[in-house]
Amino acid sequence: MGNKGLFKGITPYLFVAPAVLVLAFTCLYPVIKGFELSFYDWSLGTPIESRKYIGWENFVWAWQDPALFNSIKVTLIFAAFAVTAELFLGLLIAFLLEKGIKGIAVLRTVFIIPIMIAPVVVGLLWRYLFDANFGLINHIVSLFGFEPIVWLGTPGLALPAIIITDIWQWTPFMFILFLAGLQSLPKDPVEAAQVDGATTWQVIRQVKLPLLAPVIWVAVILRIIDAFRSLEVMFIMTFGGPGRETEVLSLNIYKTAFMSQRLGLAAVNSIFLLAFIILLSVAFLIIARPALSRK
Amino acid sequence: MKNESLKNPAERDARVGGFTADASNRGAWKAGKSFLLFILAFLYIVPVIVLFLTSFKTQIQIMEKGFGWFFMPTLMNYSNVLLEQGFLRYMTNSLIVGLASTFVTLLIGGFASYALVRFNFFGKGTISFGTLLLRMIPPAVLVVPIYVLWSYFGLADTLLGLVIIYVGLNLPFTIWVLISFIADVPVELEEAAVVDGCGPWRIFFTIILPLIKPGLAAAAIFTFRIAWNEFILALVLTNRVTRTLPVATTIYLTDTGVEWGNITAMGTLVALPAIIFTFFAAKQLIAGLTAGAVKG
Repeated sequence: MGNKGLFKGITPYLFVAPAVLVLAFTCLYPVIKGFELSFYDWSLGTPIESRKYIGWENFVWAWQDPALFNSIKVTLIFAAFAVTAELFLGLLIAFLLEKGIKGIAVLRTVFIIPIMIAPVVVGLLWRYLFDANFGLINHIVSLFGFEPIVWLGTPGLALPAIIITDIWQWTPFMFILFLAGLQSLPKDPVEAAQVDGATTWQVIRQVKLPLLAPVIWVAVILRIIDAFRSLEVMFIMTFGGPGRETEVLSLNIYKTAFMSQRLGLAAVNSIFLLAFIILLSVAFLIIARPALSRK
Repeated sequence: MKNESLKNPAERDARVGGFTADASNRGAWKAGKSFLLFILAFLYIVPVIVLFLTSFKTQIQIMEKGFGWFFMPTLMNYSNVLLEQGFLRYMTNSLIVGLASTFVTLLIGGFASYALVRFNFFGKGTISFGTLLLRMIPPAVLVVPIYVLWSYFGLADTLLGLVIIYVGLNLPFTIWVLISFIADVPVELEEAAVVDGCGPWRIFFTIILPLIKPGLAAAAIFTFRIAWNEFILALVLTNRVTRTLPVATTIYLTDTGVEWGNITAMGTLVALPAIIFTFFAAKQLIAGLTAGAVKG
């Protein structure tokens, strides 16, 4: 596409140079610097000269660190449950509300609010809703005659509470993508199937879902990567507690660097997080490629 | 069956009324849908209303048994937040960082997208693939090295340092969105301009930019949103003076006992621009959310 031979020589490079330079300075260079940092023992707040080269010691430590493996486990559980629920709820709502009904525009507007407001605000809002003494959820619980529940302080309840918050925040994203995808589907295959006497369920199963597959894959990939990035909601709602039950990998990195003040070890944990993201992206691109290229 | 239902006048009545006396299957189906719609809207609007209402309550009203929906509102929380805690400075910081990073991101992101769509040059594939990859980097991966580097370069605790990192974080998404919009501009316009003796920069500013305004709007909203909402990097890279609003919000949380009145007032103020934006620009927001994913 386009007038490829139009401007030659240095012009294209002048156009991309600012963006490439900024990206190199803000993303690429720090990642490389992070690898370098991981070989040093360096306490936060001490001058750069005081850091000590210790080879692979941080990696050895990290490998035996139960906190790191716990946070990887928490991240995986959080991502798996949240994204699965968001996918199915998003699909369900999109199919149910696909045919234009009154009020869908209002719903879509209301649906975008949790995506747009700061994750910090989402976190404090749900911390308040789940609050043991004053929270709306416990008020409802008490209406049914139950004792108030310490949602965010009880082992086994805190992570589900955070997953529920994430589902509240991000199901609309899935729904909006799927609805847009459904509305841009070609009409012919659907009509042909209906003429052949297919039931609504058959049309969804055998015509619409396969056609929607590329959008579904993209949505799932984006959400899983986002789930690995999220940290604010846990930071605000529980700060990783009780114990380390809701300490996702991102939060572990922050705590290791800025609470335990071990920059080198935090750099190693960052490499783990980066490795996970790369692994996930590659795996999904391979799995999704047939679906994507059909587009 | 679905097809004919769209043309059926009774169906339209059912849609308007929600329920009709004629309790046909389709009517019940429609009513069920409306009910679902109502429940969903309820689930999404109630938490926001709770936040809003609580921000107008006194500490005593908040501590009452049962959630009070009707009460004597007070503006005390807002006056606490606005007057006592340097709120205006933090809001100014957030605005400066948001506007500056949005402007720079759109400008240099626009340049790069134009080159990636229209020019053929060595390294093009690497750049577009690299951009896609960088989009996925979690801020938590960057937080430690950025803190070290920014301290070293004297960028820590400055608004400039925050602007630079936000431009970097937002470029991949902006480039991705703008590429799809620039690709839709008919190339004949540019060819005609070249014949008239226009250079590439003039073409970019006078032909391309005006034609991709919807794309710029979508990208601007999302870039500003990230800058306005971002927390973890701002937490690490700012001090008492250069703090942004999300970081300032958490001050109330670390105190002994959470002052829910103050913190919900703060949360409302932080969320307000996003909520107003949402009601005025829902279409652009949806365009931005679905760009790339649905459009391809």
